[in-house]
Amino acid sequence: MATAANLPPVIAEEAALGAEKAEDAKGKPGKSGNRGNREGRARLSVPLTVLMWVIAAIYALPLLWFLLSSFKPGSELFSYPLSMIPREWTFQGFVDAWERVDFAQYFLNTATVAVVTTVLTVFFSACTGYALAKYNNKGTRLFFVCILATTMLPTEVILNPTFSVIRDLGLYNSLAGIIVPSVLTATGVFMFRQFFLTVPDDLLHSARIDGASELAIFFRIMLPLSRPILFTLAIFSFQWRWNDYIWPLIVLNDPKWYTLQVALRSIVGAENIDWPVLLGASVISILPLVLVFFVFQKYVLNADVSAGLKD
Amino acid sequence: MSTAVAPGPPQAGAVRSKSQQKRRNRYVIAPLVLIGVNVVLFLVFFVWPGALGLLYSFTDYRGVGKLNFIGLANFQKLFADSTFYAALSRTFVYTILSVPLIYVCSLGVAALLVSKAVRGRTAAKIVIFLPWLISPIVVGVIWKWMFGQDFGFVNFVIATLGGSPVPWSSNGNLALAVVIFASAWGGTAFNMLLFIAALKNIPEALLEAAELDGANAWQRFLNVTLPGIAPTSFMVILLSTIHAMKEFAMIQALTNGGPGTENTLIVQYIYKTGFEQSKVGYASAASMVLMVVLLAIALIQLRFNRKKA
Repeated sequence: MATAANLPPVIAEEAALGAEKAEDAKGKPGKSGNRGNREGRARLSVPLTVLMWVIAAIYALPLLWFLLSSFKPGSELFSYPLSMIPREWTFQGFVDAWERVDFAQYFLNTATVAVVTTVLTVFFSACTGYALAKYNNKGTRLFFVCILATTMLPTEVILNPTFSVIRDLGLYNSLAGIIVPSVLTATGVFMFRQFFLTVPDDLLHSARIDGASELAIFFRIMLPLSRPILFTLAIFSFQWRWNDYIWPLIVLNDPKWYTLQVALRSIVGAENIDWPVLLGASVISILPLVLVFFVFQKYVLNADVSAGLKD
Repeated sequence: MSTAVAPGPPQAGAVRSKSQQKRRNRYVIAPLVLIGVNVVLFLVFFVWPGALGLLYSFTDYRGVGKLNFIGLANFQKLFADSTFYAALSRTFVYTILSVPLIYVCSLGVAALLVSKAVRGRTAAKIVIFLPWLISPIVVGVIWKWMFGQDFGFVNFVIATLGGSPVPWSSNGNLALAVVIFASAWGGTAFNMLLFIAALKNIPEALLEAAELDGANAWQRFLNVTLPGIAPTSFMVILLSTIHAMKEFAMIQALTNGGPGTENTLIVQYIYKTGFEQSKVGYASAASMVLMVVLLAIALIQLRFNRKKA
């Protein structure tokens, strides 16, 4: 529930408000006075572009080095002088990771957790966010404060008691034990609430006058309207769950239920690290997210959408 | 934030017609159905463990058997425990060093990415955003690989340039430096998105007016841009601070708290005492202290933000 991904909504709200205000003040930028600006821009273009790409290269370097290393045979990994490009290309690390470490099973477990949790999170966040935005009564106001409180008490802070709860509920050592507690996220609820606040109430009123029931209004009108948020949260949730470490760590005991992150940690935590396998396994674990990202890029990089969220 | 939408309950003393009663039910029952599942999850996975944690912190519970209350003994022991202080102060050091670095990196990158003078912004944005996709565990692995003492790329480059290899993993402070670099590398992406959104919302007219008044680029940034993005800055700092205080997965993979226990951060300390040594009561007491610290940080920053606004 309170995951690393959560941020106090009040704050996000303030930022969003600030952004709105700024938007209002923006108006249409004047055409005059642009000439000096443009000349300055041309003069600065080359150094700034170079600076930007040097920074981008610095950010890309660790990843690139890691990726290229994963194609090197074990013997080449530690032989000086190191070379950026593998002298001999091999897929042995990937094959070993997939077969020897039972990686296929971990992959399947992680995928199951990520997909099921994401579907549930998106659906229930939409329901809750809508209720918090469009019904103003004591109950919803109180629950909003409760959701806010979850961001102040992250799972990391209550590891042991959370473990006790999971055990007492009979969820210990099962994938359900990771899925169920992760469904409620403040971020998700807050994203939807923020979105539904911007949907005009007239829509709601006219549907009511037409005799639609409250739930029908939500499912037939509001939920389809929220599609962009739905996709954004889906990608976020998928990323959180795919990369999550702390829940699987406390819930899972039997290696056959391990998720990728826990499995990777057990490889890197070993006395003698098997680097070829670790490199291969890590790269495999990144691939699905990279794929999802490149397909749904615009839902993540769309800056306006991200204005109201957390990491 | 006003959320007033549904008509409020009928006023006291008003005659309640049947339809009013029905409408009222609908406005109460429908949201209840919608938030129901999350309310249950909140109670079971938040309130319950939270209360249990508080309870445990006053016991010497070890994971099995009955709860045996020992009053404030855990806290007394905790405040005299030098390993606890070491973990807590190391966490503070880490937070104080990594948060400004993340802030500067993400704001700097964002400023470059919104500048119209820069070419290839979309591609650069994607490249810098990629670390967001990578899990904290793998971020740890990647940086461990880069900064390996005997086999790492960085030491190889240093050696090639004629320097002597740097003890990245056997020197505590250098090991922490690597953790800080890794956190900045992984933490830039998302904060950068927030800053890009904020920077785009700064009215261009304001910047132009400042320019006409003779302000140079740095003055414009300091006096127009920075105040304009203050709410976002505040959010990024608060989030990064809380995130840094509970750093766990990345450091587990990168240094495992090493060398020795020199870089054990607080959550790792709680995990080790609570799970590996199963001193549940004692670990819960440490958790309560961490919770109070997090709460204090949030309140101080909120207050600071209010004052400025």
